[in-house]
Amino acid sequence: MKYIYYPGCSLKSTGRPYEESLLAVFKELQIPMEELHDWNCCGATSYMSVDELKAFGLAARNLALAESQNGINGNGDPDVHIVAPCSACYLVLIKTERYLKEYKNERKAVIKGLKTIGLDYNGKAVIRHPVDVLFNDIGLESIAKHIKKPLKGIKVASYYGCQMIRPFELFDPVHYPVTLDLLVDKLGATPLDWPLKTRCCGGSLTGTLHEAGMRLNYRLLSEAKKRGADMIITTCPLCQFNLECYQDRISSYTGKKIEMPILYFTQLVGLALGIPEKKLGIHRSFIRFPNFQALEMEV
Amino acid sequence: MTSTKQNGEVRIGYFVCHCGHNIGATIDVLKVADVIKNLPGVVISREYKYMCSDPGQEMIQEDIKEHNLNRIVVAACSPLLHENTFRRATEKAGINQYYFHMVNIRENASWVHVDKAEATRKAIDLSRAAIQRVFFHQALEKKQVSINPNVLVVGGGISGIHAALTLAKAGKKVYLVERDPTIGGLMAKFDKTFPTLDCAACILTPKMTEVKNHPNIELMTYSEVEKVSGFVGQYKATIKRKPRYIKEDVCVGCLDCIDACIYKDGKYYDEFNVGLSKRKPVYIPFPQATPQLVVFDPEACVRLKRGKCKETCVEKCDRDAIDFDQKEKFEEIEIGSVIVATGFQIFDAKKIPYYGYGKYQNVYNALEIERLVNSSGPTGGQVVMRNGEVPKKIGIIHCVGSRDEKTNIWCSRVCCTYSVKLAHLLKELSGADVYNFYIDMRTPGKGQEEFYNQVMREGVHFIRGRVAEVTDWAAEKEEQGKLIIRVEDTLIGVVRRIPVDMVVLGVGVEPHSDADKIRRLFNISCSTEGFYLEKHPKLAPFDTASDGVYIAGGCQGPKDITDAVAQAGAAAAEALALIDKGFIEMEPNTAFISEDNCSGCKSCIPLCPYTAISFDEEVFKAKINEVLCKGCGTCVAACPSAAIDQNLFTNDQIYNEIDGLLKYEIV
Amino acid sequence: MELKSQNDTWKPRIVAFFCNWCTYTAADLAGVSRIKHEPNVRVIRVMCSGRVDPQFVIDAFVKGADGVLIGGCHIGDCHYIDGNHKTIRRFAMLKRILKDMGIEDERFRLEWISASEGEKVKTVTNDMVEKLEKLGPLGLPKKFIAWDEEMNHLELEISKPKEEIEHV
Repeated sequence: MKYIYYPGCSLKSTGRPYEESLLAVFKELQIPMEELHDWNCCGATSYMSVDELKAFGLAARNLALAESQNGINGNGDPDVHIVAPCSACYLVLIKTERYLKEYKNERKAVIKGLKTIGLDYNGKAVIRHPVDVLFNDIGLESIAKHIKKPLKGIKVASYYGCQMIRPFELFDPVHYPVTLDLLVDKLGATPLDWPLKTRCCGGSLTGTLHEAGMRLNYRLLSEAKKRGADMIITTCPLCQFNLECYQDRISSYTGKKIEMPILYFTQLVGLALGIPEKKLGIHRSFIRFPNFQALEMEV
Repeated sequence: MTSTKQNGEVRIGYFVCHCGHNIGATIDVLKVADVIKNLPGVVISREYKYMCSDPGQEMIQEDIKEHNLNRIVVAACSPLLHENTFRRATEKAGINQYYFHMVNIRENASWVHVDKAEATRKAIDLSRAAIQRVFFHQALEKKQVSINPNVLVVGGGISGIHAALTLAKAGKKVYLVERDPTIGGLMAKFDKTFPTLDCAACILTPKMTEVKNHPNIELMTYSEVEKVSGFVGQYKATIKRKPRYIKEDVCVGCLDCIDACIYKDGKYYDEFNVGLSKRKPVYIPFPQATPQLVVFDPEACVRLKRGKCKETCVEKCDRDAIDFDQKEKFEEIEIGSVIVATGFQIFDAKKIPYYGYGKYQNVYNALEIERLVNSSGPTGGQVVMRNGEVPKKIGIIHCVGSRDEKTNIWCSRVCCTYSVKLAHLLKELSGADVYNFYIDMRTPGKGQEEFYNQVMREGVHFIRGRVAEVTDWAAEKEEQGKLIIRVEDTLIGVVRRIPVDMVVLGVGVEPHSDADKIRRLFNISCSTEGFYLEKHPKLAPFDTASDGVYIAGGCQGPKDITDAVAQAGAAAAEALALIDKGFIEMEPNTAFISEDNCSGCKSCIPLCPYTAISFDEEVFKAKINEVLCKGCGTCVAACPSAAIDQNLFTNDQIYNEIDGLLKYEIV
Repeated sequence: MELKSQNDTWKPRIVAFFCNWCTYTAADLAGVSRIKHEPNVRVIRVMCSGRVDPQFVIDAFVKGADGVLIGGCHIGDCHYIDGNHKTIRRFAMLKRILKDMGIEDERFRLEWISASEGEKVKTVTNDMVEKLEKLGPLGLPKKFIAWDEEMNHLELEISKPKEEIEHV
């Protein structure tokens, strides 16, 4: 089976390190994956709240493209697994898939629209988050076999964010997710008991109600710091950006210095797999984790 | 189809019931009666409002006499409900009851369908099938099985104890089997009982002693039912007696061996105090344990584990009661009926990680609190937390593992009331501020609501809202070092963070994780949630589908002590009714062999689960022992020469039923 | 055996054999709980699913059933210890034979429905009805008539050539 990679807008822009590290890790683990040709916006931000049907149409085009790319109508692979790393894309694509399955009229309208551009949608595409793929398809044990540099001595706070497991709860308990913590443990690092792992990071408020967003942001960072985290890992480009880029501003508000590296979970996996920092996009981080070099020297 | 049978020309009376609106509202009963009237063999076809009423039954009887009927078909409710009623009515009118057949047009049709035309058509099909079937009915006699008056009671909790005592007082021999070293069950662990605050030990201990001393009760503790065979009236059970490594008839329960053990302090999980204290490898579960016998834990005792020890316990025992060579024993007992009272277990709060049980040391489950507030408990009744402090603020969370789609969906019935009780006790003993977090307060039953009101007046706080999480994440200064309960207070409509020192989880109850094992031994069905299934939810909550097997207490569903005792009494009374009658009548649905057709192929013999079929080598034919046959009909279906048939379910009857069902051209 | 009643669109007819202890009780429970489902199933009560002679199933098809459903206790729960083990073996064997005879898989079904699974009676019934509606009528009785006619016709054909031979 070949996974189909749906980057979405973020991973090609602000979330570039996510894409770099994701591709590097998948390559290292020999997980076959190719990018979806001619993908378009998932419709996460504005469309869904303005016109749901058009938003479904927009998202469904990606699903239809994925099906045709896997040759679902010919003799291709019947399993179409779309890997959507951005939590927002992931959620919107799943929502689309669910709604079109459940609501016949919407499905008809969307398929009719797709047919005008020569596409068809069969409802075969399954949307997966890379955490889900690594945890359930590849398995922690086989990842462990590839580990070259166990991340000994690093305390990691895993931040799951709001969209990856809610509301659909597809691979992790919604109230108390554990997959990332188990992954961190397998990589040799210490998962931090951190009760804020699914609390809002404030990302969507930062642009509109700036202060409220900053407060939520501060809660996460300060609690992680207090519990002795060396870093926070995220699964979403917006969380990463929000948590990382406002630390200066939060410090100036509160007078407390916060220097908390915010990494994508794939970067952490990549480090353990012995992939050079540069290939993982770690050099793009604003806040560097001081021990990375040492880590590389260790082995 | 021939119209002359065993008892002359077939004359069928057909009676269809309206059952008020239950059938009449969905099925056109008049039309059904009208269609059936024209079928061959039908002499009379009638409808009536309530067939099972006295006038209804009398109508059938009069018609039998007046029209010389010799087959009766009643289309009404399920045969599982009223078959016997109409059989009796038939018999009263002077014809054999097995000339009667019942058609289920209520549970199978009117109650489950909306389309009236379709439901009516279905009723007609089912009735036609029955009409064709009764042509082949024959007169049969019920066989009688005598009842062994001994009773096996499985489970020595309050239900089992009560059932055993009731039976013993009536002069019946009772075997009471309990898998733990002592009887008493969960109730023995409780401190006070709601709503009256009776001391659990004070009311239970006398009953336990009575069990021990009653000449009619053979108490088998530390034992399990291993195998059961036979049938109602004539069961055989094999009981596994686990070794205590103590000669039960010699030990007097002086407990000197415990003092003498090479372990100076307890080191192993104390089951009775649910882990709040430690016990030694040789122990007695609790001071009032019945029987007063010590037990050696083979997983812990050095002598038993390694075969070598100073054996200070043996030295100390002047009665020479310790025997390390004891082995598991198996005893076979013969009984006529069984009462299963195996109880329930509490929900494992670790399954809800966001309440922090097992993660934060000051989060307790309710059973631990029962021990904590008990004066014979690990702290002598002092409310001291695991960190050695006395709590100033306590939160009790209701519905942990109840009313939750992710864990157990049912209401556990006892948690609201025991939480109220624990709130009262904790407040009284520690002076702490106590908060209850509930979804709905459910305090039904005598005196319960009054008790709830009383505890409210005592100043216990009740907050309506399902707790989202218990966390040690302090958002404010005053939350530092506390456990914070995050909850939406739905009465004032805000999300609150309430810092407390101690959290008590009002865990629900669920079937034992190994409930299936016992269930299979006795052939009891289970409800979807795994509790044992009663024969009827309202009218026979103590009976099961297996004759002579009764259920009582928590194994049937969540219930409090009051209800468990009431049910145990009812189950015992049911068993007594069976015993005192002396025999039970069995359905004559046994299989029989027509010797002329049997080719002696022996296909049937290995199929019979009851070894009722043997082979007569002389005539080279199979033979069925009617006493052993339970009437499943498996051999009938397998006989290649159609030499076996089953009374009440003969091939002729079933083929004609099929034929009748599918003849829909005359609708 | 054509339908002659009111609103006469074809509807699948299913003959069901339910064991007394589990599935029949479950059907009763569905009734008591008023769980509405499709009215196409006609139940014949037997003591154990092990009583169901494969011949019953064939007979039901022959007499015009579009589907046959057997309901028994879950494996391990049989009231008669292991009657349902025998059912499952017979079922597998019969299914193969039926398939060879051109009777589709969906027409013959075995389900374990315990006494507490009233809801499952509904799901199984509705699901089977839906599948049979897609398949359409089996209509063996009608086919038998057609086949008989065909045979008669053939016999006639066979008897004809004799005369022709004489002519030649």
